[in-house]
Amino acid sequence: MEANRPMRHILSLLLENEAGALSRVAGLFSARGYNIESLTVAPTEDPTLSRMTVVTSGSEEVIEQITKQLNKLIDVVKVFDLQEGRHIERELMLVKVRAEGKDREELKRTADIFRGRIVDVTDRTYTIELTGPRDKLDAFLEAIDRGLILETVRTGASGIGRGEWILRV
Amino acid sequence: MRLTGAEITIQCLQEEGVEYVFGYPGGAVLHIYDALFNQDKVKHILVRHEQAALHAADAYARATGRPGVALVTSGPGVTNAVTGIATAYMDSIPMVVITGQVPTPAIGLDAFQEVDTVGITRPCVKHNFLVKQVDELAATIKKAFYVAASGRPGPVLVDIPKDVSQHLAEFSYPKTVSLRSYAPVNKGHSGQIKKAVQMLLEARRPMIYTGGGVILGDAAPALTRLVKSLGFPCTNTLMGLGGYPGTDPQFVGMLGMHGTYEANLAMQHCDVLLAVGARFDDRVIGNPQHFYSEERRIIHVDIDPSSISKRVRVDVPIVGNINDVLDEMQKLIDASAARPDAAALKDWWKQIGEWRTRDCLRYDRTSAIIKPQSVVEKLYEVTGGDAIITSDVGQHQMWAAQYYKFDKPRRWLNSGGLGTMGFGLPAAMGAQLAHPDATVACVTGEASIQMCIQELSTCKQYHLPVKIINLNNRYLGMVRQWQQILHGNRYSESYMDALPDFVKLAESYGHVGVRVEQPADVEPALREAFALKDRVVFMDFITDQTENVFPMVKAGQGLTEMLLGAEDL
Ligand SMILES: Cc1cc2nc3c(=O)[nH]c(=O)nc-3n(C[C@H](O)[C@H](O)[C@H](O)COP(=O)(O)OP(=O)(O)OC[C@H]3O[C@@H](n4cnc5c(N)ncnc54)[C@H](O)[C@@H]3O)c2cc1C
Ligand SMILES: Cc1ncc(C[n+]2csc(CCOP(=O)(O)OP(=O)(O)O)c2C)c(N)n1
Ligand SMILES: [Mg+2]
Repeated sequence: MEANRPMRHILSLLLENEAGALSRVAGLFSARGYNIESLTVAPTEDPTLSRMTVVTSGSEEVIEQITKQLNKLIDVVKVFDLQEGRHIERELMLVKVRAEGKDREELKRTADIFRGRIVDVTDRTYTIELTGPRDKLDAFLEAIDRGLILETVRTGASGIGRGEWILRV
Repeated sequence: MRLTGAEITIQCLQEEGVEYVFGYPGGAVLHIYDALFNQDKVKHILVRHEQAALHAADAYARATGRPGVALVTSGPGVTNAVTGIATAYMDSIPMVVITGQVPTPAIGLDAFQEVDTVGITRPCVKHNFLVKQVDELAATIKKAFYVAASGRPGPVLVDIPKDVSQHLAEFSYPKTVSLRSYAPVNKGHSGQIKKAVQMLLEARRPMIYTGGGVILGDAAPALTRLVKSLGFPCTNTLMGLGGYPGTDPQFVGMLGMHGTYEANLAMQHCDVLLAVGARFDDRVIGNPQHFYSEERRIIHVDIDPSSISKRVRVDVPIVGNINDVLDEMQKLIDASAARPDAAALKDWWKQIGEWRTRDCLRYDRTSAIIKPQSVVEKLYEVTGGDAIITSDVGQHQMWAAQYYKFDKPRRWLNSGGLGTMGFGLPAAMGAQLAHPDATVACVTGEASIQMCIQELSTCKQYHLPVKIINLNNRYLGMVRQWQQILHGNRYSESYMDALPDFVKLAESYGHVGVRVEQPADVEPALREAFALKDRVVFMDFITDQTENVFPMVKAGQGLTEMLLGAEDL
């Protein structure tokens, strides 16, 4: 039964840096009804390869099928489930907040506590940059007054294994 | 040597040894058609609808094992082809589909006859390419053939914009391809194979269940040797028929929704199951929960890891090519002193023998109306069991599968995964071109045949003397059967009114047409038709409208919960 409980997984992929590769992966998830919490992709130091991080959830069986189906795509070079080992997960968030009067000081303090940085300022707004695992970004949004949030932009998670372990061709 | 993209395309096909291209011209492929015109190595078959080009190319591949090739124009050429591409994809048929595209500068501008071909076909191809530069063309076509035919086969599409087919490039055909992201595994894991053999030799109620992979992997001889040496019962899926000789006593018939009583019971009650190149389809296993209700250990051999443990959990997964894996198994079995428990096996066969006495494929042989099953049985006799049979989709397809005993692979060509009505006639054309001397018959229904009936014209043009066995029940029979059994006899839109006179229709295309209405005329009519070696004969058999396909496992039910005849309704 344990194996049938949906769990959150972070999949790391290396894929050919080709037009269409992203839509093959995205299409696979929608066609087969798999969840996508987030998906990020960008070229690597080797310009022929892209690195993608997909956050998904599913039972062990579903995750096994997702991994197999991803491997079947001709453009996918490697797939690794970061959940299988120790790993680091980071996400970048940009939040624009209304910052007026006494809120200005309060927002700055909260940003500092979360190790956020104010990267743009107007008389009435702050734009705050924050990185961290998903929970931390969520916690920041909880910590500030909801009514002050004007806009949030999140990149979705990127992941990498800890220690000397590397994912390569 | 500098050639145009169009010339390069045709050169590549020649290098691949392509005999036939099935296609239909249009604006975006005019240069390619021009290049075809200037050579005679690759022969082009002009169909009457792009769907048929795909089915014919697909059947050419099913009949030979070599990739089928189709060529269609952009826009509507592609959309018409999609059904055929998806049909091949679902049954893992190797195929290379070349499509014209609007010129590269026009892509994305809603140009005349522009569709996003790569986007539309992405979910139903093994892979596809849009060729943006003429100097990538030859290498791309090489990759397409390699990907289509290796590993788990499938259709690969190459989309060629019109300007790319016009531009010049230096031509040299690559000798080899390697793709860092694609390397099918052929050899199975030796440890797993050892485990599997041990399990097989310890089995008391063994069952060997094999599918389309045995046909696709040309593994019928290896499978037959293995099954013989073990003395175990063997069943085939609809796609696997002919993978093991249908007339052999160890063959227990097809399994699944319309499988035999003995095959389905043996599948359910076995203690060790060896699955080979079969994917535990929902029409085969029925309800997986019901299947799990009995314990058995499962060994699964498949070249595609994603076929394993997809619908049914297995105990010994073996990823590899069937021939390689079965050879290794055979060596271990031959070298081993252990043998399956003879007494247990004898009891098991006794049990299967009892199940067989249910005679689940019996039907009323004294009927005054032609029974569709009897037509297939006579067809089997008249062709000496040695014809290539194509079929469409419906009741007639199931009767063909149940009553024509296929002893050899690549003789039974049908659309199993997608279930595409309209497949049969174009498939017969592809098979006849692949094997000009073979007897080719298409078992069809009055509804299915009308989905690609225009191909009678193609048969005329290329002198393809296929025989059409139309089991005419004036119903969308399979739909009517479900409506009878599952929808309280409400025959909603399943009656085929205003049917054409098929005899006159055949004649107007320049063929021979025959209507057969009496049981006694079935055999003589078939004999006469098959004696006309160089003619298409359209045989319209007026069959019993009320006949149903049995056994039947209703969708969602367990494999052993079979309806065996009208008395079970
Ligand atoms: C009206 C209708 C009724 C049907 N009723 C039934 C029925 O009663 N019984 C039935 O069986 N089907 C039935 N079907 C067909 C069903 O829908 C499936 O198409 C079929 O069961 C799948 O067959 P398969 O498992 O052999 O798989 P296939 O689709 O043939 O797949 C082949 C498998 O073999 C693997 N493979 C390919 N090449 C190799 C190789 N070289 N080495 C190793 N592995 C390889 C592939 O990866 C794949 O997993 C019906 C279809 C229709 C339209
Ligand atoms: C293109 C397509 N449309 C619809 C169906 C659904 N369908 C399956 S069998 C069938 C009836 C086929 O009738 P016919 O060809 O006369 O064969 P019969 O069952 O009567 O033998 C239909 C409509 C299908 N399989 N393919
Ligand atoms: Mg009918």
